[in-house]
Amino acid sequence: MTWQSCASTLRIFHAEKENMKPNFTRCCCCLMAILMLLLPSLTLSEDSANEAVYTAALARLNATSMTERSAAIDQLAAVKAPRAIVILQALLDGHLFNLILENKLVIGTEIDAGYKLIDAKSGQDLGIAAREATQKINLNNSLRVSLRKTLGRLQLNANEAKARMNAVQAIAKDIDSESLALLRERLVVEKDVGVQDEIRLVLGLEQLNSTDKTERLGAIDLLKDQANQEVVNRLNALQDQDTEGQFAETDVDVRNYAKAALVKINARLKVYAAIETLFFGLSLGAVLVLAAIGLAITFGVMGIINMAHGELMMLGAYTTYVMQQLMPDHLGWALILSIPAAFVISALVGIAIERGIIRFLYGRPLETLLATFGVSLFLQQTVRSIFSPLNRSVASPEWMSGTWQINDFLSLTWNRFYILVFCFLVFALLLQILKRTRLGLEVRAVAQNRTMAKAMGIPTARVDALTFGLGSGIAGIAGVALSQITNVGPNLGQAYIVDSFMVVVFGGVGNLWGTLLAGFSLGIANKLLEPVAGAVLAKILVLIFIILFIQKRPRGLFPQKGRAAES
Amino acid sequence: MNKLSQTLQNTVAAATFATLLLITGNARAEDTIKVGVLHSLSGTMAISETTLKDTMLMLIDEQNKKGGLLGKKLEAVVVDPASNWPLFAEKARELLTKDKVAAIFGCWTSVSRKSVLPVIEELNGVLFYPVQYEGEESSKNVFYTGASPNQQAIPAVDYLMNDLKVKRWVLAGTDYVYPRTTNKILEAYLRSKGVAKKDIMINYTPFGHSDWQSIVADIKKFGSGNKKTAVVSTINGDANVPFYKELGNQGVSAEKIPVVAFSVGEEELSGIDTKPLVGHLAAWNYFMSIDSTKNAAFIKQWQDYTKNPKRVSNDPMEAHYIGFNMWVKAVEKAGSTDPAKVQEAIIGVEYPNLTGGTAKMLPNHHISKPVLIGEIQDNGQFLTVWQTNTLVDGDAWSDFLPESKPIIADWTAPISCGNYNTKTKKCSGQNYK
Repeated sequence: MTWQSCASTLRIFHAEKENMKPNFTRCCCCLMAILMLLLPSLTLSEDSANEAVYTAALARLNATSMTERSAAIDQLAAVKAPRAIVILQALLDGHLFNLILENKLVIGTEIDAGYKLIDAKSGQDLGIAAREATQKINLNNSLRVSLRKTLGRLQLNANEAKARMNAVQAIAKDIDSESLALLRERLVVEKDVGVQDEIRLVLGLEQLNSTDKTERLGAIDLLKDQANQEVVNRLNALQDQDTEGQFAETDVDVRNYAKAALVKINARLKVYAAIETLFFGLSLGAVLVLAAIGLAITFGVMGIINMAHGELMMLGAYTTYVMQQLMPDHLGWALILSIPAAFVISALVGIAIERGIIRFLYGRPLETLLATFGVSLFLQQTVRSIFSPLNRSVASPEWMSGTWQINDFLSLTWNRFYILVFCFLVFALLLQILKRTRLGLEVRAVAQNRTMAKAMGIPTARVDALTFGLGSGIAGIAGVALSQITNVGPNLGQAYIVDSFMVVVFGGVGNLWGTLLAGFSLGIANKLLEPVAGAVLAKILVLIFIILFIQKRPRGLFPQKGRAAES
Repeated sequence: MNKLSQTLQNTVAAATFATLLLITGNARAEDTIKVGVLHSLSGTMAISETTLKDTMLMLIDEQNKKGGLLGKKLEAVVVDPASNWPLFAEKARELLTKDKVAAIFGCWTSVSRKSVLPVIEELNGVLFYPVQYEGEESSKNVFYTGASPNQQAIPAVDYLMNDLKVKRWVLAGTDYVYPRTTNKILEAYLRSKGVAKKDIMINYTPFGHSDWQSIVADIKKFGSGNKKTAVVSTINGDANVPFYKELGNQGVSAEKIPVVAFSVGEEELSGIDTKPLVGHLAAWNYFMSIDSTKNAAFIKQWQDYTKNPKRVSNDPMEAHYIGFNMWVKAVEKAGSTDPAKVQEAIIGVEYPNLTGGTAKMLPNHHISKPVLIGEIQDNGQFLTVWQTNTLVDGDAWSDFLPESKPIIADWTAPISCGNYNTKTKKCSGQNYK
């Protein structure tokens, strides 16, 4: 029995690995379950001792009232046994269920057919149950906080440094004398430097409450180099005055020392804030550049006002959605494969638009504008009919969510970071295509002088179609990036079309570098203005700036020079 | 004009015409009562409003199965105002004059309601408005089955203040009338509770805003001090998806800075991965997770009707459910669908809601509702963490704004006025502000 269950648990573990869906908490749970099963004698002896407590606590955990649940958690925590930790961890991760028919608590691991169950009390394997047969034990915020703290205390002596680190951080959220004693004990035996520092920080913050002046000064000395929000808060709190003008910190020396430390920290904070704003601006700029760069080719190089450009981006975003539907277990790969797929689909649609409509309208910009606007409505409605008017949810793969936490004050979100990198890659690739390939040469030739190019034997009609296809394909790629940060819906394109034209016009029609620079400068300008003026006003101000700028320099930042540009 | 664009234009026109025919052309029999459904089926609000259209069709279908109303069959007239506010007024006029509907169920955003209001008052129609809104309005022709601020915003803020001990407040909203008015009321309320001005941060963003980086970073900074901070979100429509995504990405957890939303329900959550959002809050008058036999039956009916066993239900759906059934009861009581008679008969009508209470239509055209506060769970549902013991009566004019404090709405004789000033004893008539 035991071996069977153990083997099956291991099987799940392997299956998960193959699925490339690493879920650490779940793996941890499994490992702990295996551990438990491997040590039946130990669990058994515990059972006899704590049987009554367990039974009572589990029954209370199953009660509907949150206060009962909270009491049950304390009860379970008091039994310092590995199985209590397993149960509490499962509760925190949302893996603890009530088996409705038998009214008993089980730990469930999600599989396709439902849940793979283990009895919470005995650790017995209970086989598989359908989702409907179980009911999750819910938590609310305050319970979650206290549960984390309780688990932190229990896991302070865990084997992995990461678990200990989490434990210390969880304890620090709500410190009391018992926790302090535990932390001091741990610090003596702790080997990992990171965890040591973390514990010292918590203890240092506590030392600020000391009645001894030198202790407090020492604490500030210890804390002043830490880039930690809690430190800043505490040092600030020292300067607080109550209603009668009494300082929270009675000693002048300590106050001044804290003030000096704060000045230093604040200077560093300013630098971090500037880096953050710059990053936000660059990432907004990257989105703008991605959206505009395809347009820079169709509008800039070919002179076509393509109102359906946004819809070509939308097609790219929907391609990502479809790819994810086709490969639901490999979100990351689906996203990467969407890039060529979106390019091909948008390029084909683009070529169809060029061959079907635009080529009849060359030299008549107003009619091109109206016709492509019609095409954009047509594409929107098509998508609406196929996918419904509702937004589709495109998931982000694990490596694209979360932040790159540099310290407490500076963290960069991964999705924006990747999009920034992606933007540069696309730009470099496009530049190389235009510079080094035969198509690029022909495109430039046709853009400079169509008649002369034709005379030289360049098939201008084919080049037109391919250029438009290239611009459209790039729009599709931009759509893949957009699917990661905004809603994928029929209106996605409309939200970006105006911005795209703005960037191209501001950068100088027909100049890719201009588009790049314009996109980034508009992004940064927007983010600089936003905190001061608010999101709505910032956009308006940027627009006014561009209008004024175009008055002064009608051809944008980098105007095209030469005879071709004059005509 | 070019031949091609001409053809294109013709095709578009023909397609539009065909769609219109399809929608309105069913059952042209004389012995039906027509019910107008005025919800956006395209544009930025389609995400929320399409569901309500389907709900109405289901309710009408069910009523017909029960034998219709006054011996006649009900017929739904569906129009699409396409999230375009002036088009709402046009479509409402069309429904009332051309289709001669007995009642209209529709609108989501307050701008759309404000745009329909003059038309519906001029032509003396009846509109059932199913969404929580900012109050400061009571029209003779509109029945507000969604929550007014005292049935949603104020209790939510009370919960944060008393139970979560929140001391600093971020009021974030989309830039239009509902968030602006609600935040004005909330700010006045918070100030009256002794919250300092520097502890309130107000932020507005346009419809469909997608770049939330710096705003979320600002919220994080604002909430990094010693005081417990919460975000009160009146962000509407699909801008919520990138907002919550950014919150998740920047690691703003509900334990640190909870976000309580007034416009995010089960439907909106079904479009996002809710794992990073667990614990964030929403205040509504109905949750799909409410355990009651009526609710279970309603959900089953809805999932059967849409042939989708995973389809979720939400608060405005319940409002339509209550509103439609109240209208049916009122028509039966009056023995006629005449708007004037229905307006008189419906006041005082009671109908059981889905959460176990009984909603009542009040003289101010609002209804009584329970207030629920729920935490988002990882399956996209809400876990009720707090609720009022009794039903709360909807208050049209907020008591926390000095200018609307003395004003009440009462559509029964002798007052019969939507904005009656109890101090000057005068009815100032309607305003369409």
